[in-house]
Formats: sequence, structure tokens, C-alpha cells
Amino acid sequence: MSETLKNTTQPIVRMQQLNKHFGSLHVLNDIDLTIVPGEVVVIIGASGSGKSTLIRCINGLEEFQSGSLVVDNNELLPHGKSTQALQTIRTEVGMVFQQFNLFPHLSVIDNVTLAPMKVRGLSRDDAVSNAKRLLDRVGIADQADKYPSQLSGGQQQRVALARALAMEPRLMLFDEPTSALDPEMIGEVLDAMRELAKEGMTMVIVTHEMGFAREVADRVIFIHKGEITEQGHPEKLFDSPQHERTQSFLARVLKH
Amino acid sequence: MDVNFQFDWSAAFGSIPYLLPGIPWTLLISFGGLAIGFFIGIFFGLLRISRLRWLRWPAIIYVEVFRGTPILVQVLFIFYGLPQLLGGPINALVAGIAAIAVNSGAYISEIVRGGVQSIERGQGEASLSLGLSRTQAFRYVIWPQAFRRMIPPLGNQGIISIKDTSLFSVIGVGELVRQGQIYIATTFTALEVYFMVALMYLAITWTLSIILRQLERRGLAGQ
Repeated sequence: MSETLKNTTQPIVRMQQLNKHFGSLHVLNDIDLTIVPGEVVVIIGASGSGKSTLIRCINGLEEFQSGSLVVDNNELLPHGKSTQALQTIRTEVGMVFQQFNLFPHLSVIDNVTLAPMKVRGLSRDDAVSNAKRLLDRVGIADQADKYPSQLSGGQQQRVALARALAMEPRLMLFDEPTSALDPEMIGEVLDAMRELAKEGMTMVIVTHEMGFAREVADRVIFIHKGEITEQGHPEKLFDSPQHERTQSFLARVLKH
Repeated sequence: MDVNFQFDWSAAFGSIPYLLPGIPWTLLISFGGLAIGFFIGIFFGLLRISRLRWLRWPAIIYVEVFRGTPILVQVLFIFYGLPQLLGGPINALVAGIAAIAVNSGAYISEIVRGGVQSIERGQGEASLSLGLSRTQAFRYVIWPQAFRRMIPPLGNQGIISIKDTSLFSVIGVGELVRQGQIYIATTFTALEVYFMVALMYLAITWTLSIILRQLERRGLAGQ
């Protein structure tokens, strides 16, 4: 997507001076972040830097104390005081979790059809055919009748991706989607995400996979102690980081 | 020990026809009480985990009161105490069922709370992130999983409540122990009769255990 087009598009996420505290801990400190449709943003940083908390604010899984946050034209208020907007945002924003969080008592197909049927009001037939198409797209169509516990970690995470996509989200959040996976399964999940990025999905990804970040990101954001220290195009940020903290972080993670 | 004592099998078997009529009463009090206790337990268990403090408090008080006092005192209170308040006698069967209901209800509400709270936080978060409301998330995702985990402790509570009904012989309801006592009063064969009474409790609780194991196996098949 060209820069000019991006600049004229209405942002899908607009975060201004967002602050969050956990007791005395200042987890997010005056965060300003604007994301436009089609953009793939990767957030990196040490554990405990606030990167997961940041994306969890976008769909209201975390409350914030001050600042403003507008997601897809719905304003989220501080202290979680916006039930209706929150509900709308959650139907428009999909999320993939580190621990997959598939529903263990439901088969793969039921995991994927639950929300479209209960939230969007789709008929069972429509939801199932839609789910099968999505499972096929992430390469696990033949596992539809199994239960999550019968699948490998990589397969489970791909089901989780299909489940989120079944709501036809306008924005996808990924919270360390490969961190709980065995090394040999990371590739299959990243491949599915890469496909999604190619199709133009707006994505915000928290990850430690720097190679992947460099390849798919339009923009990489480095967070340190709840503040955006530096951000920019992946080549610029990875090859010539300006800030000392970014340099030392990258030196540590890229070494191995 | 009296070495000349002989276990009188004919006395033991002879008591069976007198004991059997007690079984329906034991079952009626146990399962009647447990059925009501189950709903009391769900009600207070869910109040207990409410996000609103003023809803949690009644549940905490309920559990502390009925878990912290002996069931014998509870049934005596209901059968002998409440009539003074109500101005009329209470049927012994009703008193027994009520005692089991309020007592098991307290324990079951803790089972419900524990079951729901044992479900990983991520399950609720995944549901909400898909756009499900809190109520939908509870109904379709949290509760079905919690209920499966509740089956073993619920079975445990069922067995405890069945045995607790034996205390209700004190209010004269004709359950197993009461039937045995009446029979012993004329035959003086306490050893044989109480042995048979014990066997009958065992037959009931063992049957329940088997049913529960089947239920558990089927319930957990999907996981």
C-alpha cells in the first residue's frame, strides 16, 4: 500500500496519550498509536515491556485509566465504561492468543462456528460451510470433527486463526502467536499469517520472531517500559536503530 | 469379647422385610433434598462469583452458616424449632428434605464456584474477543466445561448427603436407620440388624458411584 493512500485513509485504531497502571506499576505510558487499514504492525520489546497489554487494550481485554482510544469509529472509554462500543469492537476485531484458547469441549468445526452463529446470527449451514472454507485455507480441513486436544500445537493455533477469521474481522490482533509452539510448528503458523497479510488484512502482531517481523511488517514498534521508544520501517529499525535501548534489545535477540 | 457370641444370619436376613420399606424414604429424602440443593448451590455459587460485592455477601453468609453448623442441629431446628415460629407442625419428611437441601446447597455452591473458577481465564477472554456477550460466554463456553469438572465432587456430595439422612431417625422419619431401630426394639439383634442397615447404605452408595463413573467417562470423552 502506498504512503499517500495510507495517509488519506481513516485510521482503524487511534490511540492518544493512553495510560495504564497495574497498582503502582505504570504499564503503558502516554502511548500514541495510529494504525490504518491494510497495515501490518509488529510490536517488539522485552517481556514485561507492556506490548501484550497494549494490544489487549485495543479489544478491551484490558482497561486503561486515561487517554483516548478509537477502534473502527467506536470510542473505548477509560475504566472499561463503554459496554456497547466494546461489544461492537469485539465483533470487528479478531484475536489470536499465545495459548490458543480453543474451546476444549467443542469440536474444531464447533469452535469455528460458535461465534458466527451466536453473535452474527448465521444459520448452522452457512456457518459450517464458511468454517470449512476457512479451515481449508489454513490447511486443516480434514481435522474438522476432531477435538482440540487431538491436534498438534501448530494445528490448534491455525484453528484459532480460522475461528477468529470466521467473524470476518476488520483487524486482527496476535499476542505472541508462536511463543507456546514447538520450534518445528512455528513455520506453519507464520505461513498462515503471511498469507493473511498478503490478502490485505490489517494486523497488529506481538512477536519475538524477528525474521518474520522484518519480512511482513510495514512498521515495527519497539516498546520499552510502557513507552514507544522507536518505530519505523523494519529495515530501518532493524538495520539502523536510532535509540540505544533498541540497539541493546536487538543485539540480544538477534544474536542467537 | 464374648467368645460364645454367634452372628445370627437368620436374624440378619429376617430383618430385611422390615428394613426394605426404609429405603424409599432414604432415597426420597436424599434425592429430593439433593435436587433442591443443586439449584440452591447453583444460585449461591453464581452469586458468590459475581462481580458485585453486594451479591457476593449473601452467598458467603449462606455458605458459612450452613457449612459451619451440624446437619443434626439443622434438622432439629427445622423440625422442632421452626414450628414455634410458624405456629404449626412440620412434616418430618419435609423437614428432612429441607435439611438436606440447605445443607448440601451450601457445599454444592462451593463446588459450583470452584468449578467455574477452575476454567482458565483465556477461555473467557477468547469468547469475549469473538464478540460473545458475558452471558453467552458463560453459557456456551464456561459452564459446559465447569459442569464436567463438577461431576466428581457432586457425586461425592451426593454420597455424603445419602449417609446424612441416617441422622434423621431422630425426628422419626421412617428411613433405614429408624426402621432398624424399631425392629431391634422387639428382637434385640442390634449387631445383625445394623450390619444389614450398613449393607443397604453401601448398596445405594455403590450403585451411585458406578453411575457417576459412567457419567464421568462419557462427560470427559470430548476433552
